[in-house]
Amino acid sequence: MLRDITLGQYFPGKTVVHRLDPRTKLVMTIVYIVALFLAESWSSYALMALLLIGMIGVSRINAGTILRGLKPIVVIIIITAVLNVFFTRGEVIFELWIFKLTREGLITAAKMTLRLIMLITGTFLLTYTTSPIALTDGIEALLSPLKKIRFPAHELAMMMSIALRFVPILIEETNKIMAAQASRGADFETGGIVKRAKALLPILVPLFISAFRRADELAEAMESRCYHGGEGRTRMKKLGMKARDFVTLAVGAAAVAAVVLVNFLP
Amino acid sequence: MDTVIRTENITHTYSPGTPFEHVALRGIDFEARCGEYVGIIGRTGSGKSTFIQHLNGLLKPLSGRVLLDGNDIHASKEATRAARFRVGLVFQFPEYQLFEETVYADIAFGPKNMKLTPEETEERVFEAARFVGLRPEELKKSPFELSGGTKRRAAIAGVIAMRPEVLILDEPTAGLDPRGRDELLDNIDSYHRERGATVIVVTHSMEEAARRAGRIAVFEDGKIVMSGTPTEIFRNGPELERMGLGMPKAALIAERVRGLGVPLGRDIYTLEAVRDALISLRKGGGGDAT
Ligand SMILES: Nc1ncnc2c1ncn2[C@@H]1O[C@H](COP(=O)(O)OP(=O)(O)O)[C@@H](O)[C@H]1O
Ligand SMILES: [Mg+2]
Repeated sequence: MLRDITLGQYFPGKTVVHRLDPRTKLVMTIVYIVALFLAESWSSYALMALLLIGMIGVSRINAGTILRGLKPIVVIIIITAVLNVFFTRGEVIFELWIFKLTREGLITAAKMTLRLIMLITGTFLLTYTTSPIALTDGIEALLSPLKKIRFPAHELAMMMSIALRFVPILIEETNKIMAAQASRGADFETGGIVKRAKALLPILVPLFISAFRRADELAEAMESRCYHGGEGRTRMKKLGMKARDFVTLAVGAAAVAAVVLVNFLP
Repeated sequence: MDTVIRTENITHTYSPGTPFEHVALRGIDFEARCGEYVGIIGRTGSGKSTFIQHLNGLLKPLSGRVLLDGNDIHASKEATRAARFRVGLVFQFPEYQLFEETVYADIAFGPKNMKLTPEETEERVFEAARFVGLRPEELKKSPFELSGGTKRRAAIAGVIAMRPEVLILDEPTAGLDPRGRDELLDNIDSYHRERGATVIVVTHSMEEAARRAGRIAVFEDGKIVMSGTPTEIFRNGPELERMGLGMPKAALIAERVRGLGVPLGRDIYTLEAVRDALISLRKGGGGDAT
């Protein structure tokens, strides 16, 4: 069922990574992703992996959680790998009908898979260690210079925080509705694609109705507390960069530089 | 009477192996006999809802077995599926699971999944509607036009239409007005009586438990800590208070009346019993309610 989805979930903790300023973590995540695409040689891949494993270790997220987070994208990874293996030109080492397995294909596929896994895990690490509220505060703060050109930074951040906040609620709701329909003999697991799509109706209709109801209630609750957008709004918790944030950013910059340099090694 | 459903030392843990790991059931032995009316009481979070979802195989116990007529409901996929139809489970706030265009179609969802013929399905729908007191013209409406209480009854009819031998309801009266509550419980009583079905009701109302149940199981922290007739259970007033459950109002009334020097007798837990005891006292009968 849906209980395996950990996307966007926050695991509270007290490690250094948890306590970093969300802006630092956001910037670091973006830097990490950029570095992933700059990485080409195996040694730079190794360096990227090492960085990631180190961060996972420091933030005390257990490996099982990470693996479960990767489960929903296994299919995407496999498809990407297969496409790369067979459709990269190069030295043919195995041939079957129209499919040609090339050495270059294998290498590209392996690198692509690693890159995808690190990309997903890296971004998960951000959401695992940052509460949705801190995350959106960070996004808003980073985007706020754009408010000058009327970019709706606050609205965007608010929408994101609400969406993130609702993910676990909607998952729980979906599980409840599925359980209730299963109690009436609904079957989501057998049959062809049409039958399975039809079987979703008894879940989707109540889910949409309840999502709309919740949205209504939330809007009412926000308005009754005089919410009127971001203008003139002050914060109870102000973001503040600490020494650890500057250290992290410095280390991050050094790491990217290292990745680029290491690219020249094999 | 024969045992229809039984659990042997079942345990359940939510999200095992994650930081959210939570032990919800710690070894539950439970049985319900054919035609019995069992009330389940216990504080919020004591594991009642988790437990009843084991009885129709929605949740699989971490250890222990669930036996329906002596057969493990997890023995095979078919056995689990069969258990779904024989053990009807009505969730809390079941009105949120309505989805069809008409009330009729929604009630027919279960029977259709059972692969019954259209004639049989129709018969079941009308029968279920009658049990919950839905009028025929309400069957043609969209479920979303109905009032809250009527929606709830439509949802319950959706389970009753499968004619379950064991009907389980999770806090069916939560959020209903007093009349709606009584009517709904009377409806369930009539299903219990007329079909000879076993009924298991989770409730927060000591009055409902005292008045309707033949036997009560008390949940605390994932265990059944007491089980017995309402009289046996409510004799442990202080113990129930400690668990944060309390006594039926009628018992408190009886206590006050006794305090006024009226020899009312023991074991009075329903308003009917208070009334009968007072009447028999006036007639000069003995003190006991029975
Ligand atoms: N889907 C779930 N995931 C994790 N924990 C849960 C889930 N459902 C219930 N629990 C926890 O299990 C315990 C028992 O819950 P529940 O069976 O709903 O109790 P009750 O119905 O008696 O209020 C509670 O502490 C609850 O927080
Ligand atoms: Mg419950």
